[in-house]
Amino acid sequence: MIAGGVAALAVSAALVLSAFQKNLVFFFTPTQVAANEAPQGRTFRIGGLVAPGSVKRRSDGVTVQFVVTDTAQNIPVVYQGILPDLFREGKGVVTQGRLGPDGVFQASEVLAKHDENYMPPEAADALKQAHGNGLNAAQKTLVVPGSGR
Amino acid sequence: MIPELGQFALALALCLALAQGVLGIAGAARGDRIWMAAARPVTQGQFVFVAIAFGCLTYSFVTNDFSVSYVASHSNSALPLPYRIAGVWGGHEGSLLLWMLMLCVWMTAVTVFSRHLPDEMVARVLGVMGLVSIGFLLFMLFTSNPFLRLFPIPPDGRDLNPLLQDPGMVMHPPMLYMGYVGFSVAFAFAIAALLAGRLDATWARWSRPWTTVAWAFLTVGIALGSWWAYYELGWGGWWFWDPVENASFMPWLIGTALIHSLAVTEKRGSFRSWTVLLAIFAFALSLLGTFLVRSGVLTSVHAFATDPARGVFILIFLSVVIGGSLLLFASRTARIGLGGGFEPVSRESFLLTNNVLLAAATGSVLLGTLYPLALDALGLGKISVGPPYFDAVFAAVMAPALFLMGVGPLARWKKASLPDLAVRLRWAFGVSVVAALLLPFALGQWSALVSLGLLLAIWIAASSVVQLRERVRNAASGAGVWARLATTPRAYYGMLLAHLGVAVFVVGVTLVKGYESERDVRMGPGDTVELGGYVFRFDGVREVNGPNYVAARAEIHVSREGKTMTRMYPEKRIYRVQNQPMTEAAIDPGFTRDLYVSLGDSLGPTQWVVRVQHKPFVDWIWGGCLLMALGGLLAASDRRYRVASSRAREQAYAAAPAR
Amino acid sequence: MMRYVLITAFVALVALLGVGLTLNPREVPSPLVGKPAPNFQLPQLHEPGKQFSQKDMLGKVWLLNVWASWCVTCREEHPVLVEFAKSGAAPLYGLNYKDERKDGIAWLKQFGDPYVLSAYDRDGRIGIDYGVYGVPETYVIDKKGVIRYKRIGALTPEILKNKVLPLVAELNKG
Repeated sequence: MIAGGVAALAVSAALVLSAFQKNLVFFFTPTQVAANEAPQGRTFRIGGLVAPGSVKRRSDGVTVQFVVTDTAQNIPVVYQGILPDLFREGKGVVTQGRLGPDGVFQASEVLAKHDENYMPPEAADALKQAHGNGLNAAQKTLVVPGSGR
Repeated sequence: MIPELGQFALALALCLALAQGVLGIAGAARGDRIWMAAARPVTQGQFVFVAIAFGCLTYSFVTNDFSVSYVASHSNSALPLPYRIAGVWGGHEGSLLLWMLMLCVWMTAVTVFSRHLPDEMVARVLGVMGLVSIGFLLFMLFTSNPFLRLFPIPPDGRDLNPLLQDPGMVMHPPMLYMGYVGFSVAFAFAIAALLAGRLDATWARWSRPWTTVAWAFLTVGIALGSWWAYYELGWGGWWFWDPVENASFMPWLIGTALIHSLAVTEKRGSFRSWTVLLAIFAFALSLLGTFLVRSGVLTSVHAFATDPARGVFILIFLSVVIGGSLLLFASRTARIGLGGGFEPVSRESFLLTNNVLLAAATGSVLLGTLYPLALDALGLGKISVGPPYFDAVFAAVMAPALFLMGVGPLARWKKASLPDLAVRLRWAFGVSVVAALLLPFALGQWSALVSLGLLLAIWIAASSVVQLRERVRNAASGAGVWARLATTPRAYYGMLLAHLGVAVFVVGVTLVKGYESERDVRMGPGDTVELGGYVFRFDGVREVNGPNYVAARAEIHVSREGKTMTRMYPEKRIYRVQNQPMTEAAIDPGFTRDLYVSLGDSLGPTQWVVRVQHKPFVDWIWGGCLLMALGGLLAASDRRYRVASSRAREQAYAAAPAR
Repeated sequence: MMRYVLITAFVALVALLGVGLTLNPREVPSPLVGKPAPNFQLPQLHEPGKQFSQKDMLGKVWLLNVWASWCVTCREEHPVLVEFAKSGAAPLYGLNYKDERKDGIAWLKQFGDPYVLSAYDRDGRIGIDYGVYGVPETYVIDKKGVIRYKRIGALTPEILKNKVLPLVAELNKG
């Protein structure tokens, strides 16, 4: 009975861990994605700011294009569905999906920041890293005219 | 003046908590009757002072006293009165005060309902709870004082987060905290038993009703949270495996294991140290949940604004309380054995398997919740764990547990026979297999997962019928069926009801996962979209004014086979003070399905993105939870917990020399 | 045996949570410290016609405080700033962040204006360059225009006394 119990435990632990491995979603910054550090064909998250002026809708009204930036690099994103209430240009965002061969990120989920005093730490981190690396690039990207609020 | 009074009341409560801890534990250790007797009134006094503090904060909210920083941050003069009251627990500091009030309610309940327990036991239980209370009061007074003044006084408040302005949210935290804090009673009983050096059946019996009631509250609390997320977040999801949801779910899982393990300890005297360990873990996970939500180590929609000092305090508190308990446990129990002999096929071993499965489920949720933190701590990158992991693991671990729910209650203690069980359950099994194979066809499309889910749900229901029938048949002969039903104890009905609740819950989850459908479409006046046999027609949008928001309200006409069914009014609100948009979905609830419509972005003067959803049997999820909780309350109200039935045994307990 | 496993596991968990606490993203030192303050050119809050740029301040040690009328913590911080301005230790400039112009002006009128002037960043775009996570935040910038210190959250009298004032004095010497 004990041997059976241990065997059952081992099998279930193996099952849990394999399900676990398959469902880990890694987080990358736009700079990392641009440097090809992110895996092709696997789900991951990118975070940063929605570049001002970048949000465009296709004619069906449901497909949305926008650019996620960490102020150093820009990643174009396509998303089909309804955006969260707090999604706005110039605000923090985290999106989950896959990177297409054309370099466009196909998002399956978009998470926006929660309130004025809060930014998803992942997005904040991405911005910090980019600031550390390339401040001048930051200024170029962000002086894009467009509606901020 | 009133806020200062509140703060003063908290300080006095802290003094009483200190007294309660010392009088209770030292009194019991010294065998001092007077000290022990004093623990009760001191506890009740603490309740009075915490209630005064809570009343003061509520008063500040009701009277719009924005000189109090917490009120200014979480209320506004335009906020309707019920939400101003709910605002008391709308943020970190106030919700902590609510938590404290709940703890006092539980402690006072112990002083009132434990008159038949030996003084020593009550004194120890109150002493342990007093120590817990000291921790939380210190936490509040030093890092999270809700009564801090703000100068200069702002003209108006920042308003309550619009997400929280909702009836479900008004009730969710009190229920959840009643559950969380309620596990402190089970914890205190376990520690008291360890301190006394006596882990036996009497301890388990005293602890059972408290644990069951706490579990019932936690069940309702979690269900309310899920329901709130469903209709208030606006997108139709009801469980996200969000870290904070997991934080409340883990104590529930361990609490469920604890309820079953306590039954074995009480009835058979087995599993003693395992049961104590579960009681410690249930409370430890409640504290861990508090830590995760309030320290800011995890990100979530629910997380409070962060302050590192708070995290440090809770972490120290958690280490002291739980580390201390584990050390005490290690020093007082010779080994973590199961105790009491039983065969591999017996009710004990079925319940043990159930316990192991629930513990494994808790472990996998814990892994998924903390692993991102661990990787981050080791500098290995940022990750998140996707809901598919939780879904897969959870279904795999829970399926055998659900199956055992049908068998366990019928099996004999100590030694059962598999062939015998098979014969008794053959009809229940046959009915559930046939029904599970055929029903999906009736509902639309056959799929293995739907069939499995239905199989387990019907199996639980059918075997419950068998259980009740056998129970009645085996009861003392002579009386009629109704008399036998009437003499069956409430605890038994409670169990049946809770198990049926699980079946109902499983039906809801299975069918909504299997058959839900949604469409996102662009709609203008007159446009229609068809889903699940219903036709939704968009009849335009107009502006409406709420007390503290403006909204665009759409009118959606719903028909089925040409007949008008209902009209739905989803809104997009902008709350004025925080300038925050909110999606207010319109839901047409039904016994067999919900229709769910939400308004997305505006695409022009008359065009909107609209999401329509058809959710079969979704309300069964919360209905099932409600049944589980009712079952728990019914079981806890059983006579034998209330009547001092076995006085003799308790006297014997009191008379036995403590070690 | 089992109990040692338990206690070890618990200690490991506490250690993990402890490390987790130190990861609070708001508490990480800003990568901007030691770097030149990002460029900006913004209209002033009170006089929309006039501009203010960080370049105007070259050669001086100064403080930039990010604030908004909707921010409750700013209200708590405000008396500290007013005191600081009276002391004259260093010029204090404001960055009015994501605010309505009239709200910002009314707010200063009500609570007192400690700023030499406030720049008006309605869209919060400059805030993004400066890596503003929340409001309030305060930067100490030296004579060469390099950010030397950043405070996320409210300034307190202790922080002013122990960090900001000694730093300003040292920078003014150099």
